[in-house]
Amino acid sequence: MALWMDKLVGRSPIGPMQAHMTAAVECAREIVPLMEAMAAGDDEAIRACRAEIDRLEHTADEIKHDIRSNMPRRLMMAMERRDLLDILDSQDSIADVTQDIAELADQRGMHLPTDLVAPFKALADRTVAACEQGKKVIDELDELIETGFGEREVARVSNMISELGQIESETDVLLDDACRKLFAMEGELGVATVYWHQVLLWIADLADYAERVGNRLRLLIAH
Amino acid sequence: MFESVPIELLIAGMLALYMAWAIGANDVANAMGTSVGSGALTITGAILVAGILEFAGAFLAGGHVTDTVRKGMLDLDAMPPDFLIYGMLAALASAATLLLGATRLGLPVSTTHSIVGAIVGFGAVAIGPEAVKWAKVGQIVLSWLTSPLLSGVLAFLIFGITRALILNKANPLAEVRRIGPFFFFYVFFIIGLVTLFKGLKHIDLDLTLGQSIAASTGLGFLGAGIGTVLLRRVNEGPKDEGQRFSQTERVFVVLQILTACAVAFAHGSNDVANSIGPLAAIAAAVGEGAEVAGKAPVQPWMLAIGGFGIVVGLATWGYKVMETVGKKITELTPSRGFAAELAAATTIVLASRMGIPVSTTHTLVGAVLGVGLARGIGAVDLRVVGSIIISWIATLPIAATLSIFFFYFFKGLLG
Repeated sequence: MALWMDKLVGRSPIGPMQAHMTAAVECAREIVPLMEAMAAGDDEAIRACRAEIDRLEHTADEIKHDIRSNMPRRLMMAMERRDLLDILDSQDSIADVTQDIAELADQRGMHLPTDLVAPFKALADRTVAACEQGKKVIDELDELIETGFGEREVARVSNMISELGQIESETDVLLDDACRKLFAMEGELGVATVYWHQVLLWIADLADYAERVGNRLRLLIAH
Repeated sequence: MFESVPIELLIAGMLALYMAWAIGANDVANAMGTSVGSGALTITGAILVAGILEFAGAFLAGGHVTDTVRKGMLDLDAMPPDFLIYGMLAALASAATLLLGATRLGLPVSTTHSIVGAIVGFGAVAIGPEAVKWAKVGQIVLSWLTSPLLSGVLAFLIFGITRALILNKANPLAEVRRIGPFFFFYVFFIIGLVTLFKGLKHIDLDLTLGQSIAASTGLGFLGAGIGTVLLRRVNEGPKDEGQRFSQTERVFVVLQILTACAVAFAHGSNDVANSIGPLAAIAAAVGEGAEVAGKAPVQPWMLAIGGFGIVVGLATWGYKVMETVGKKITELTPSRGFAAELAAATTIVLASRMGIPVSTTHTLVGAVLGVGLARGIGAVDLRVVGSIIISWIATLPIAATLSIFFFYFFKGLLG
């Protein structure tokens, strides 16, 4: 009976949420080397990238299951259970979609035409930047709890989320540019155009999910 | 020397010592566990500090609650002294049995609730409902609702103050050093006031309200001085951009040690009565007969026995409990532990001063919930609250039944 105080304060989901986001963003980061391998037409390297992405996606999955099974309704949490699970889903989509890209690249043995390398690379870089910003935002979760959602910390996180929105808008512009360059080569690429278009959409999706993480959090801290 | 001691008093003394031992072995870990868990205190340090303060709390401020347990709940004029002796022995035996069983089964049982349930049980059934002062019992039971509530509200407010004055500032590290001494003042002042104001009659010190306030203020300033020195000396460690509040939390460790001490003192002042209240009643009944039974004061040596038992319990078994707590990584950071403990300690010493036996554990649970409601804790496990409420309710009839059984047992044995 002596340990009741200790049992009363349950395991906070914040640390695992941050660990999950870290794994998901590490996964998304692999998009850049994957893009380079596709540009180099190196099937071996593409396969290696896919293996690494699979591994990171699996790590993220395990953390996700751990969080879900350790978040029973009986916990009274500083953040709504629903909101946290929504954020977790968006975080998880980052890893999932990255895996979709890697699978397609590997299965079709996709080699990126030289003319498309620059626009694809630009989009991938900015998308990864959006994911990194999303991770920074999630890294502030423990500071939000620490300050008891104090106004100063809330303002700080709001600014970070605004910046994330900014980066996401930039990826929209880069996506538009990359799509136009892709469709200009449609005659030359044939049916491959459809698959490259899918890759572009998926890459842009990563930034969308990162932004969604931020937007969910913004709703949660707005008071 | 023991030939001259009546057998009733010997049994009572042993049971009281066992109770005090059990309180020290188990309950104290709740007061000190969070400090050990957050790294604020080493285990040895916690044992030492808890031992001194539990004893001080029991000796200096434990008299009021002891009086209540001894004579507050029963109408001593309505029963023969023999019955009071058997009953109080039964209450001790029943609470001790419950404690043993609960510890074995890992259930959260409050010593306070067991002893009150046991006393009311033997009083109402073995002697008769008219032997119980129901108004006073009602007041005590009501306090079991209000004490966690008050503690929770206080914790909510204290955490709110901490947030507004320290955590939400541009430079929380400088603020915690600046504000910290005020909390030291508050703790020393409150403890001084509840101890000094009409509280030290048993050592022939009877101060007026004015004198008490003056002395407590002096004590408060002494505390603030100590706090200033300690807060200045604490090493906040390296700056870490990823954990911007780690340095502030390290300074909070000092404040959490202060509040853990306050909880230990408060615990001693309230819970020691559970073991020595019945002992004092038996001593009075054995020694002086029925007509003056209600008037015998609680002897300092009894408070000392209670304090001693708690310290021995700490040193022999509480050690292990704290080791277990200390190894776990608690999610309760020093700033939260501080807010919860300050609220609980305030509530308990106020209850002690009013002579009301409350449960330290329940008061602490209320405080943690208060901080949780202020969105200061990542996750609070409400199932624990549920099991505490259930054991809260279950303890009373079980303790009462056991004590009725033991009443007839002792009546047959000694009567």
